[in-house]
Order: sequence, then structure tokens, then C-alpha cells
Amino acid sequence: MNNWQNFTKGFFKENPTFVLLLGMCPTLGVTTSAINGLGMGLATAFVLVLSNLAISLVANLIPDKIRIPGFIVIIAAFVTVVDMCMAAYLPSLHESLGLFIPLIVVNCIVLGRAESFASKNKAIPSMLDGAGIGLGFTMALTLLGCIREILGSGKIFNMTLYNENYGMLVFVLAPGAFIALGYLIAFINRIRKTN
Amino acid sequence: MEYVFIFIAAVFVNNIVLAQFLGICPFLGVSKNVPTALGMTGAVTFVMILATLVTFIVQKTVLDPLSIGFMQTIVFILIIAALVQMVEIILKKVSPSLYQALGVFLPLITTNCAVLGVAIMVIQKDYNLLESVVFAASTAIGFGLALTIFAGIREQLELSSIPQGMKGTPIALVTAGLLAMAFMGFSGIV
Amino acid sequence: MGKKLESSFKNMVLVLFLVTLVSSAAVGVVNTLTSGLIEKVKIEKQVQAIRAVVPEFDNDPMADTRTVETPDGGTLQFYEAKKGGNLVGTAIKTYTNNGFGGKIWLMVGFNPDGTIYNYSVLEHKETPGLGSKMDTWFVKGAKGDITGKNPGTTGLQVSKDGGNVDAITAATISSRAFLDAVNRAAKALAENAQ
Repeated sequence: MNNWQNFTKGFFKENPTFVLLLGMCPTLGVTTSAINGLGMGLATAFVLVLSNLAISLVANLIPDKIRIPGFIVIIAAFVTVVDMCMAAYLPSLHESLGLFIPLIVVNCIVLGRAESFASKNKAIPSMLDGAGIGLGFTMALTLLGCIREILGSGKIFNMTLYNENYGMLVFVLAPGAFIALGYLIAFINRIRKTN
Repeated sequence: MEYVFIFIAAVFVNNIVLAQFLGICPFLGVSKNVPTALGMTGAVTFVMILATLVTFIVQKTVLDPLSIGFMQTIVFILIIAALVQMVEIILKKVSPSLYQALGVFLPLITTNCAVLGVAIMVIQKDYNLLESVVFAASTAIGFGLALTIFAGIREQLELSSIPQGMKGTPIALVTAGLLAMAFMGFSGIV
Repeated sequence: MGKKLESSFKNMVLVLFLVTLVSSAAVGVVNTLTSGLIEKVKIEKQVQAIRAVVPEFDNDPMADTRTVETPDGGTLQFYEAKKGGNLVGTAIKTYTNNGFGGKIWLMVGFNPDGTIYNYSVLEHKETPGLGSKMDTWFVKGAKGDITGKNPGTTGLQVSKDGGNVDAITAATISSRAFLDAVNRAAKALAENAQ
């Protein structure tokens, strides 16, 4: 696999949300608006790139039996860094994402990529893999955020499309998250089949 | 009385899965049938209470006095990972039958965000030790309730005819959405 | 790829210790770089909330604070806004436990005569699209306008309960809770005027 494929596979072929069905908690939890989805996606992508890079560099120094705890500590360190930087520079976004920022640590996507890709590959492909998967995740979250925001509150990225009172409120609430994602996955499966 | 409120809020009103979106992976992954769902619930309850207890004590006796609160994420996840490993080893030695029942679920729990989520939440909500434990136990029960109901529905779903494209995850998510709607009926009672 | 380090006990302990040490050190460095800024952002947010709810002032209301205890055991923060040494308004950080989704935190600003100047919502867990409308529903010129009203010690009530404030459509509980928080502040102000 060349570098270009390492990068692009995350968008469609191995999209973490729609195809691999990983990282569902933030996918459902923060996508009440497009901007939240985008912010969460980029934060995760950032952690993915850095943790993939760090882990590909030190993988050989970590004995097999403590591989997982070792990786988790490295990931947790990057997550904490992102958490603090967001609190300092993007306080309102940090507030609306809340608990889901520290929970990037237990996002199966990050540990999954560390384990299945970064620990077996060199630095450059690992970073590209992280960037691709991270941006694929960002794309999925932003898409779901857009759909829920448009249907639920008649806005997109906070720009009003139609009167909020005509919005289907349920899409901003918890049940709408499940239902919107369900139909979105069905739709994407359909496209993948015809291709 | 206060504890009853915490219990009702955590089980029904702010259900960890259906209202807070934590622990979705096991919710979708191990809900194919009821016995598996119950096994997972047992394992999660056990680890969640233990983890909350330990992380709470560590936060109050180590992180707060040294004012290194920024180490919270790293320390908590290490504690949870270590705890899960220990529970696995101890169970294997002490009660092989229990290990048989819960063993396969234990490795999955480290990356169950509900466990870390609850550990961080009790600190944010400023609960005391007893409140934290009650909250952790109630949350685990709420998780189990949602998981078991969901597994029951999915067993029935197997028997019904579903459009090709909706099979598998899509229909499971829509079902979860309807379940979440039902749970919304509880909002506002405490 | 090179050879993996062996899983001997010594290696495991050493590596895990080193990984944790390096990670903690990195996090510690970033913490010292950002902690000051995070603190500043928090204070700035508080000052902004105060500025939004009282008339123009030239003192530092964060320094002119006092804490007032309410009869039910809670405490409220008073921030006094002064211009040229004269009191132009008091911002009060108040709360209610009766919200649909739990606690609601408000910053309510009062003129020196006890009428409401403005308010802002600091924190809430009300239903999006229903109770969450309270940040615009009760402002000047809106349907449930509470500015210029003087709740005093008797308090404001929604029209359903015999008062003269229109509740948010389909969110009476959130509206009641909102007014409860406002009334709590007004009562404390009336009873603790200087």
C-alpha cells in the first residue's frame, strides 16, 4: 500500500464511523450541531496523528505484554494536551464538547489504529494513516452534525435556513441521534453496494 | 432520600447509554441476546463500582493535595486498565465459574467509555464517597437495563423481515432511537 | 523493523515507568503554559457575563463582591458595578434546583432601585429548543420580557400561576424554574441592600 492509499482509505473504504462502526459514543453524543461535530472530529484527528507518530517511533521499545497500557498512557498524554489547549484557546467549544474530550482516550479508533497500524509501520505512513482516519471521522461527524442541525433547528453552522419553530426537535435530542445515524449508515451501505 | 434521587436520575432520567451516549460500543456489540447482555452487565457493574471507588480515593488523596488535577485522564485510565487486569487474574484464581461467565467481557471494559466517564463525572459533580458509589452502581444498573431491553428487542428483530439495506446496524440504531424516546418520558421526574 | 524488546519483568517495569514519566513531564509542561490562560479565560467569561447584565461601569466588579446567604442555606455572589464611585447596578450569580434538567445558573443584573436591568444564562441542562429558549425569551422586547420589573420580596410568577410573565411555549417548568432563580436573587438583594 502506498502513502496516498494510506491517507485516503479513511475517507470511504475504511471510514471509521460508517464502515468500521468505531467511536460511536462521540459520534452520537456531540453531533447536535455541525460545528460541534467538526471540532470533535479535528480534536480526535489531532490526537490520532500525534499518537500514531509517537507509537510508530517507540513501538519496538515497548515489550509486548505491556503494549496496551503503554499505548494508552501515550494517547492519554496527547488527549490531556488537546484538552488543555482547547480550554485555553477555544473555551466555548471546549464547554459544549465537555466530557467527550477526555473520553477520546477510550475512543476505540485511536487505540485501534495504534495497535493495528502504527505499531507495525514506520513514522510517515503511520501519520498519514492517522490523518486519513481522523479526517474521515471528522467528515462523518460533520455530516451527521449538519443533518441533525438542519432537520432539528433549521440552521447550518449557526446560519438560519428556516424558522426554528418548524424544525423537528427530536433530531437535536438523544433519539434523533440514533435514528439519523441509522438511516445515514443504511444510505452509505447502499452507495457502497452500487459502486 | 438524596440517594434515591441519584439512583432514579442515573437509571432512568439520564440513562448513561440512551441519554448520555456513553458505552455505545458494548451496547451495540454485545446485545445480540439476553444472556450475553446480562453477563456484560455483571462485568460492567463490578468494574464500574470498583473503578469509581479507587479513582475517587486517588483524586482526593493524591491528585488534589498535590494539585496535579491535569494528570486526571492519564491516572484514571491507568487505574482502570490495571484494575480490569487484576479483576481478571483474581477471578480466574478465586472463582473459575464466575470467570467463565464474565471473563470474555473483561478485556472489552478498559475501552468502555462509560467506566472512565463515570469516574470523571463524580469528580465534576463534586459527590462525596458514598454518593459516588451509589451513582456508579445506579449508572451500571441503568446501563444493564438499557442493554437487556435492547437485547430482548433484537432477539425479536431477528425473526422479522427487514428491508435489505436496513439489516444489521441501521435497524439496531433506529431501534435504539425509539428506546431513547421511551426513556425521554422519564425526564423531569426528579 | 528492528527487534522487539523482550517481555522480561525488568524491561516491562522500566519501559512503563519511562513512558509514564515522559508523558507526565510533557503534560506538565503544557499545563504550566496553558493554566494561566485557562484561568484568565474563566475570569473573562465571568466579567463578560456581568458586563452584559448591568449598565456601563468603570470599577472592577470582580473585586467588589460579597457573598450573601439565603434562608434555605444556599449562597449567592453579588458583584457591584460602580461608575465614578456610585452604584449603578448589582449583578447576582443565582441558581435554581427546579429546572427540567436540574440546576440552572443565571447572572441577573439589577438597577439600584431593584428593577431588573438584564440577565444572562450561565449554565443549564434544559431541553434544546424548548426550555433552552430562556436565553432570549425574557429579554427586553421579547414575549416574556422581565426587564424593568421589580420582583422585590414577593417575586415574579408566570401568568399560569397568576403572575404577569408569559411562560415559554411548551416549557412552563423551565420558565417557573427560571423565575425562581430570578426571585431568589431579587429577594436576597431586597433583604441585603446596603
